[in-house]
Parts: sequence; C-alpha cells; structure tokens
Amino acid sequence: MAAAGEIFRSNLTELLEESHSGDDELHVLAVDDSLVDRKVIERLLKISSCKVTVVESARRALQYLGLDGDGENSDIGFDESSVFREIPVVIMSSENVLTRIDRCLEEGAEDFLLKPVKLSDVRRLKDFIMRGEVKDGEKSSLKRRRSSDDCTPSLSTTFSPMRHLCDPPSSVFSPLSPSTLSSKKSRL
Amino acid sequence: MDQLQLQRELRDYEAAMFQQGFLDDQFSQLQKLQDDSSPDFVIEVMTMFFDDSEKLLNNMSRALEQIPVNFKQIDAYVHQQKGSSASVGAARVKNICATFRSFCEAQNRDGCVSCLQQLQKEYSQLKKNLKYLFRKQQEIKGGGGAIPTGE
Repeated sequence: MAAAGEIFRSNLTELLEESHSGDDELHVLAVDDSLVDRKVIERLLKISSCKVTVVESARRALQYLGLDGDGENSDIGFDESSVFREIPVVIMSSENVLTRIDRCLEEGAEDFLLKPVKLSDVRRLKDFIMRGEVKDGEKSSLKRRRSSDDCTPSLSTTFSPMRHLCDPPSSVFSPLSPSTLSSKKSRL
Repeated sequence: MDQLQLQRELRDYEAAMFQQGFLDDQFSQLQKLQDDSSPDFVIEVMTMFFDDSEKLLNNMSRALEQIPVNFKQIDAYVHQQKGSSASVGAARVKNICATFRSFCEAQNRDGCVSCLQQLQKEYSQLKKNLKYLFRKQQEIKGGGGAIPTGE
C-alpha cells in the first residue's frame, strides 16, 4: 500500500508540474462510482477544455491526491497543506436533498450540481471557478439557486478541478454518500 | 435506398423516440458531446449503459428470488439504474425506477416483481430501438453521408 501511495504521489507531482506549463487550463479530478456517469462527466469536461482525471471513489481520489494517509509522507493533511484547502469542491447529486446540500456547502463546497449534468452546468461552473471570485455573498446566492429544484433520488458525486499552483487550485468532484460525507467532514 | 432517404428515415425515427418518451433532453445533451474528436461517443456511452443495466437487472432479479428479500439491496440497484438512466436520457426506464423504489421502501415484493418486469420490458424495447438507430447511422456513414445532428 505504501508503494501505491508513492505512485500516486508522483502522479500528483507530475500533475502539478504539467499545470505549471502556463496554460490556463483547469485540471479537474472527477469522482463518481457510476461507470456511465464517469464517461459522461469526463466528456463534458474535456469538451469544456478542461484536463480531466476520473476516479471511481472518494478513497481513490484521496489516494490520487496523496492524502490517504497510507504512504510514508502521510503527514500531509488538509490542516497543514494550504494548497489542498484551496481546491474548490463541487458536489453532484441526482437527489435534491436540501439538508445534505446545505451541509456540503457549509463544510466548504463551492457549488452543487443536480444530475444529470448538462453542458451549460459545466460551462457556468468553469466560468465561475476561473473567475476565482468566491465571496460569502456569492456563495449564498449559489445555494439559493439550487434550492428551487425539485427532488430526485440519488447518489452524490463531487467534482474537483485543480489548477496550477500559481492560482488557487480548483475543485474536487467526489462521491458523497451520507457515510462518506461524515468521514469527509472529519477530514476537512 | 439513397442517402437522402436514409437520413430522412433516421431523423423521423429519432424524433419518434423522443415523442414517445423513450428518450429525453439528456440524450440530446449526449449528442452535443459527440464530434470529430469523439465520433462514437453516443454509441460508447449507450453500450456502457446497456452493460450496466443488464448487470443491474440480473442483480435485481436474483435479489427478488432470495428469501427473505433484501429490499435495501434491491433499492440500491434500482437507485443505480435510475441514475444511469437519467444520465443518458432513458426516460421511460428512469420513470419506472421511481415507482420501483417506492415499492422497495414499502417492502412490497409483488410490487417490486411487477416493476422489474416493466423495467425489463422497457429496457429491451429501448435497447432494440437504439440498436436500430445506430445501425441506420452506420449505414449512412458507410454510404459516405453525415448523420443528421439532433436539433
């Protein structure tokens, strides 16, 4: 398991180095346990000029970021690394459960997307993230926008764009079931 | 059969699928994601959807045969099916899932069995229709024509 952590950590280094290449491309870490949804979100992001890494679980996402606590250098955590704290997290879910959504937003998620995700959703989100303006006022207006949708059942996913180190990295999309949410909460 | 006629037939067939509720706007979204850099995107996604659905339907069927029935497990399968159906625009399949979940919650085995049958039927019909659609598209491509893009 330590070896796997090493590999993932070196991927992360490559990733950060690549993104230093100067282009303004958003690198998104998309997390979803549905194969079909992974395929769709990957395409949505690519067509919106984002670099994409897709993983199948929150655990894999944390491994990819080198935050799974398995490796030798597992002392990097959310508390200590400002880089990771700056990565915006966007939640996706097919269920419009306001209590869950509010909780995610309160825990620091930037936005919430109701599935199925459309091209216009991704574009809007990308523009928002690229602008990099996240004020409290804007955050609450985002919450209000999502409140008007009606309920549909589902599994949550979150979405993570990561930008290069010069700017605050962009968000993480990862799957959130209620149980994962509580574990994420304690980590965050 | 000439290209023009093929294209017309294809457009009509696709329109009918939307009109009859087999497909909804999300399918159009998928079509928008297909271009020269990803020319078979829709077929690729739908193929994944077919594989995924067949696995889930089998799982639901097996779960309903168990004694006692694990309704939570079945609900989880239906939830997955609903999610993927929504993501690809398989409207009729998606709608049955909502009813199915209610029966799971009520732990109503007969209701679940009935929903599964409906699900299997709708899914089969959708798969058949889409395979026909894709075949026609291939014919047009083979003839050197372009697939009419969704409006």
